[in-house]
Amino acid sequence: MDTDRPALRRCWHVAAALLPAAFVALFFAFPLASILERGLTSEGGISLPTGTAGLLWFTTWQAAASTVLTLAAGLPLAWAIGRFRFRGRSLARALVLVPFVLPTVVVATAFLALLPEGHERGIWAILAAHVFFNVAVVTRIVGGAWATIDPASADAAAVLGAGPWRRAREVTLPQLAPALSASAALTFLFTFTSFGVILILGGPGRATLETEIYNRAARQFDLHAAAVLSLLQLGAVAVVLAVASILEARAGPASTLTDEGGVLRRPAGRERIVVATVLAVAASVLMLPLAVLVRRSIGSWGALFQETPALLVEPWQAAVYSVAFASLAALVALVVGGLAAMALARRPPGAVDGFVLLPLGASAVMLGFGFLIAFDEPPLDFRSSWWLVPVAQSLVAAPFVVRIVAPALRSIDPRLREVAATLGAAPARAWREVDLPLAGRAFAVAAGFAFAVALGEFGATVFVARAEQPTLPVAIFRFLGRPGTENQGLAAALAVVLAGIVVCAALAAERLADGREPSL
Amino acid sequence: MLTVRDARVALGGHEALAGVDLDVEAGTIVAVLGPSGSGKSTLLRAIAGLQRLDGGSVTLGDRSLAGVPPHRRGIGLMFQDDALFPHRDVGANVAFGLRMQGVTRAAAAARVAELLALVGLGGREHRAVGSLSGGERKRVALARALAPAPRVLLLDEPLGALDRSLHDRLVVELRDLFDEIRQTALYVTHDVAEAFAIGTRVAVMREGSIVQVATPERLWAAPGDAWVARFIGLANIDERGAISFVTHPEGVVFRSNASGDAVVISAHRDGPLVTLRARYGDGREIVSAHTGLAPPTPGARVAVEIDPSAVVEVPTRAIVTASCPSDDDAVA
Repeated sequence: MDTDRPALRRCWHVAAALLPAAFVALFFAFPLASILERGLTSEGGISLPTGTAGLLWFTTWQAAASTVLTLAAGLPLAWAIGRFRFRGRSLARALVLVPFVLPTVVVATAFLALLPEGHERGIWAILAAHVFFNVAVVTRIVGGAWATIDPASADAAAVLGAGPWRRAREVTLPQLAPALSASAALTFLFTFTSFGVILILGGPGRATLETEIYNRAARQFDLHAAAVLSLLQLGAVAVVLAVASILEARAGPASTLTDEGGVLRRPAGRERIVVATVLAVAASVLMLPLAVLVRRSIGSWGALFQETPALLVEPWQAAVYSVAFASLAALVALVVGGLAAMALARRPPGAVDGFVLLPLGASAVMLGFGFLIAFDEPPLDFRSSWWLVPVAQSLVAAPFVVRIVAPALRSIDPRLREVAATLGAAPARAWREVDLPLAGRAFAVAAGFAFAVALGEFGATVFVARAEQPTLPVAIFRFLGRPGTENQGLAAALAVVLAGIVVCAALAAERLADGREPSL
Repeated sequence: MLTVRDARVALGGHEALAGVDLDVEAGTIVAVLGPSGSGKSTLLRAIAGLQRLDGGSVTLGDRSLAGVPPHRRGIGLMFQDDALFPHRDVGANVAFGLRMQGVTRAAAAARVAELLALVGLGGREHRAVGSLSGGERKRVALARALAPAPRVLLLDEPLGALDRSLHDRLVVELRDLFDEIRQTALYVTHDVAEAFAIGTRVAVMREGSIVQVATPERLWAAPGDAWVARFIGLANIDERGAISFVTHPEGVVFRSNASGDAVVISAHRDGPLVTLRARYGDGREIVSAHTGLAPPTPGARVAVEIDPSAVVEVPTRAIVTASCPSDDDAVA
């Protein structure tokens, strides 16, 4: 076989790395460059749209406020889950994650349903939705770190005469600090680029950079202003991303630690009451919006199968398009992200990983907007192409695939491949016999996650989805934009459908992943 | 059987292998002994094809291995940390190489059973590798490496991380097993006792070169230079410029004598052997290996008797050339 020759093998490696690179170049870098061109070259010169300062200010402070509130809400949960062992702990851990995998449109719809009838949409709804979303980030990262703190260090401080308050401040807090700052940075990043929640809950006058790009591009057709705002957003996100990745790197692999059993203990005495209260409050607060959403949807299910003026198709068909697009997007993301992860895994972790992160933070809205202006003239006139939707979704999902698969591939002992080689396995065979089964769990999780992300993707899809093939988030958004309780009810019903599919996909990925685990 | 000529490897600007010549006769075991960083693992990886040679050649039988990828070399490898496939059970680990050869399922199963019996794990095909003890893991790794019947088996510090009693037991087992199946092997270790126990011949490596290749007996009796003597645990090395005199401790006898010219300063027992150290009036020290039941105790004044045949003259530092090093007793 020719593939054994080192030169050819290297060619193969290069080709495998080039495919994702070419994909990202055409569908990410090129649209970005189009934005750059549109923003920087204009007859009137580069000018910031009026109100930009206020926009930037609101974007920043709502993100900061969301972060603070999320930390405040997440810490008690992190403490309960990271410190104690109790029945249903793993269930609680899984449930906390549910809001995080829910599409933004679903969460926004749920909080809209939660608001009293006729109540003004506004900042409190936004902050509440952001907390609901990101509490999982704080709970998992900080809780994970908490579970790894050796209780002996607090015991040692106690023996040395430190009271409980002192111990918390001088022993526990410093050890938690990296996890705290990492989760804060991630939450800030997510809320800074939040789109669906703000677009739906913000109402008029509550715009962030992200939603304003959409408003300018899709509603006012002021492409220049949208491009300038995109560049501003890009710069701001780059800064936030840089800070976040530094803080995240400092936090270390807290969430991957599995051996936490020794540190956990059963709550004793008054702790039982506190832990139970924290869990009960969290459960009800996390479940309430979903419960209200389900209640709001009752009575609208029949209308899913009737024509409606809001859409060109019957509402249920949006679910079909959504699943079809998301499946395709997950497949593309798995191939592109998987190849990128394989290329990355061959080198030590480092700077390159940051570039892969970039699309993740570079805002889906910007991506959609980029598609809009990049692919509008021959030979790249794809405006009426249905496949732009799965491509856009796969770009949003691919970085997640890389982040899940690359560490799994990297953690495979290279000696296993070498042993396989000395036992007669050619490189491709060794990959199939060793890497694939060992990283199989990661691939399965990545596939499920990519599907869930693609399914809920809104910011980019809203730009490229064709009216006769809406996805669920786009359809929900259309219904929410129309007056009347029937439309609100239909939005709620579709949101329930969307949430149901996402949760099922996540559960299936978990199940699949468990099945692949070496059971022997 | 296996011939290495002038093998050179540069790793990050440093010569990990600086022209190594080595011959491994069919059915013999060559133990490659050296301190860490001496290039022994690099030599092994180069022979296996996992490390590209920057110069020189590796020949197996009469076939040059230049450009032959590892999976075509017919050379087995066993790592220190076993590198068992965690996703396969014991039987599937052992059968891996057979599957790569396209052996039928039934033939593979028979061979796996045969090898597991050989390494003392008969009937454990379906055990999970995660549930194995350290010794059992070694046995599985060995069976897996032997299953495809490699012409040469390479072992990279295979018993490195084991506790001592298990280690000592496995060394003996390995040697007996290799003798039984007449396996040609290259065994890398930094442990002198292990190299002496396992090697038909021992090749001593230093800074990317082989300093000496000899049988354990010969190596002990006539170390190539003062550095080798010290490395294999000889004491009483008297360096005089380019020449050194090595006095074997087993040729040194301390006799209790009130008017002796030395005083015993320490006595350490290790099994039947007591290592005694004495100091002369002028400060020089000398070590004696004692096997009696009543060795002199520290503080005792002794007379030192030296058997003249126990003193050998060696270069202080042998000049290692790229040519074939002293190989005065290539074994039958």
